[in-house]
Amino acid sequence: MKKKSRVFSFLYIILCYLFFYVPILVTVVFSFNSSKSLTKFTGFSLRWYTQLISDQEIMAAVYVSVSIAIFATAISTVLGTITAIGMSKSKKVLRDTLLSVNNIPIMNPDIVTAIGLMILFSSMMIAKGYITMLLAHVAFCTPYVITSVYPKVRSLDDSLANAAMDLGATPFQTLMKVIIPSIKPGIYAGILLAFTMSFDDFVISYFVTGNGVQNISIIVYNMTKRTNPTINALSTIVIAVILVALIIGNVVPAIYNKRKDKKVKMEENAN
Amino acid sequence: MADMGNCIIELKGITKTFDDQQVLRGIDLNIYENEFLTLLGPSGCGKTTILRIIAGFIEADGGELLFNGIDISKVPPYKREVNTVFQKYALFPFLNVYDNVAFGLNIKKVDKTIVDQKVKKTLKLVGLEGFDKRDVTLLSGGQQQRVAIARALVNEPKVLLLDEPLGALDAKLRKEMQVELKKIQQEVGITFIFVTHDQEEALSMSDTVVVMNEGKIQQIGTPVDIYNEPENRFVANFIGESNIIGGNMIRDCLVRFDDVDFPCVDKGFKENEEIEVVLRPEDIDIVEPEKGQLVGEVTNVVFKGVHYEIMVETDKRQYKIHTTDIQEVGTKVGLCVDPDLIHVMYTMEY
Ligand SMILES: Nc1ncnc2c1ncn2[C@@H]1O[C@H](COP(=O)(O)OP(=O)(O)OP(=O)(O)O)[C@@H](O)[C@H]1O
Ligand SMILES: [Mg+2]
Repeated sequence: MKKKSRVFSFLYIILCYLFFYVPILVTVVFSFNSSKSLTKFTGFSLRWYTQLISDQEIMAAVYVSVSIAIFATAISTVLGTITAIGMSKSKKVLRDTLLSVNNIPIMNPDIVTAIGLMILFSSMMIAKGYITMLLAHVAFCTPYVITSVYPKVRSLDDSLANAAMDLGATPFQTLMKVIIPSIKPGIYAGILLAFTMSFDDFVISYFVTGNGVQNISIIVYNMTKRTNPTINALSTIVIAVILVALIIGNVVPAIYNKRKDKKVKMEENAN
Repeated sequence: MADMGNCIIELKGITKTFDDQQVLRGIDLNIYENEFLTLLGPSGCGKTTILRIIAGFIEADGGELLFNGIDISKVPPYKREVNTVFQKYALFPFLNVYDNVAFGLNIKKVDKTIVDQKVKKTLKLVGLEGFDKRDVTLLSGGQQQRVAIARALVNEPKVLLLDEPLGALDAKLRKEMQVELKKIQQEVGITFIFVTHDQEEALSMSDTVVVMNEGKIQQIGTPVDIYNEPENRFVANFIGESNIIGGNMIRDCLVRFDDVDFPCVDKGFKENEEIEVVLRPEDIDIVEPEKGQLVGEVTNVVFKGVHYEIMVETDKRQYKIHTTDIQEVGTKVGLCVDPDLIHVMYTMEY
């Protein structure tokens, strides 16, 4: 009886994973196909990758996606962290209100945010293109940074900042040398979230861009209208980038902790 | 008593209210150079609040705070020449022991080799030699507390504020650190403002003890004064154990309680004024019943290590007596007190 249910739960998990990963696997496999077919694998080749690299338009889109993700992450991390610190120091009513307001853009359907931003930029006569896309990305990434940094700031012991100032640190030194190092895990989580959000955004980018500025998602969307396996190659690269980001986000802290434990143990043995 | 120089910190009528609760009700206090001053009082009486006002983390609602005669109430904490050992340590969890201790010196951009010397020396002083690279979050409570002491001490401040710095130590280490701290204070010549719950610690370490209750100073004095001449019932009860008995002052040098007249040494009360008498348990002698000023029966005997605690019931009340001689429960005994061991105080108004 017990055995049976275990088999079922195992099967269930396998099915779930197949459901998630088969589409990705298909994309990856066919990106190495030697022919144009999307149904028959005719042999291994890097043909689509070479074509991808030589395609000016695609390379421009890669540049846009990467640079926007980097800038948007940097700006929203700074903005979000400062906001989270400020919020933790403000009155309860203001704090709760800000926190709820902060959740609206996260819960809001992307399409609503997208149209809202589009109308905003039009009404302010800002020429659509790279800058509007960057501003939009900063706007939707910042709430994610706030949500991941804020709990860390809240759990921070007030007396740490007091101790730093007691030892002669100015408020700015206290921020840089004590507060930020204490909330680092939250900031890293925020960076990771902001980067992935920005890098794979389609809907918002599509509505706020113009003048031929396209990111990877937009170009992939446009390319799907013709069958073109270069998309597969491009998608594979995107998957690889996201995978690497996730690995960095999850494995590096684990390794770091382990190494720290080891070091402590070694010192204890030495003493 | 240490030789004390000028007044270094002066509190004048300091008041503080937190959400409608008056935490400090007019604190007047002078703290002298090289003085070891202890704030002693029950939990919640405002000890930490006084330290936080002196350190600059909070501002008093009223009153003046002078440092060497200059008002510093608007000076930010990082410009004040005081350092604090926090009640909850407040060590930087992301720095190791060495970097925690070096923090203050590094902020002041002190030369690295000097930092190294001072940090090593201070760690040795608090008994944490060789702990340099340890993660502070993995230390025991007592070790963390000593890191906190080292981190403040290494800056050689004029005034060191210590908020129950020995609270997490076991009895033996606590005694050692008491001696060590006292030695450091005398050698380096720093003013210590020390907070504790522990009256024994306060009496054994301090030049001056400040007894507080509910945001008010009850008495300021040397440990001997505080113990022998408590000014009111609260101080008498809080410092050591005592028998407190209501009575009347018949005239100078004669007090009546429990319907018996006792010769004493106190003067200057009004005739027949209502007063309270403090008798320390160790000041009451047990004698033969016929020789006693009071007579009673032994009802309870508890061994306390150095002495026995003996309860004697007279027809008026129970007396607590500390003596090294054992008594049988049920024995009739007489009680005697020397005139100079009777301490008369004004009744406290509530
Ligand atoms: N930031 C604050 N907000 C509101 N009330 C406070 C605050 N800080 C202290 N209090 C209150 O002030 C009173 C005195 O607190 P304080 O910390 O000075 O006591 P303490 O004498 O140090 O006690 P303990 O021996 O327990 O440390 C307490 O009733 C406490 O609840
Ligand atoms: Mg306290």
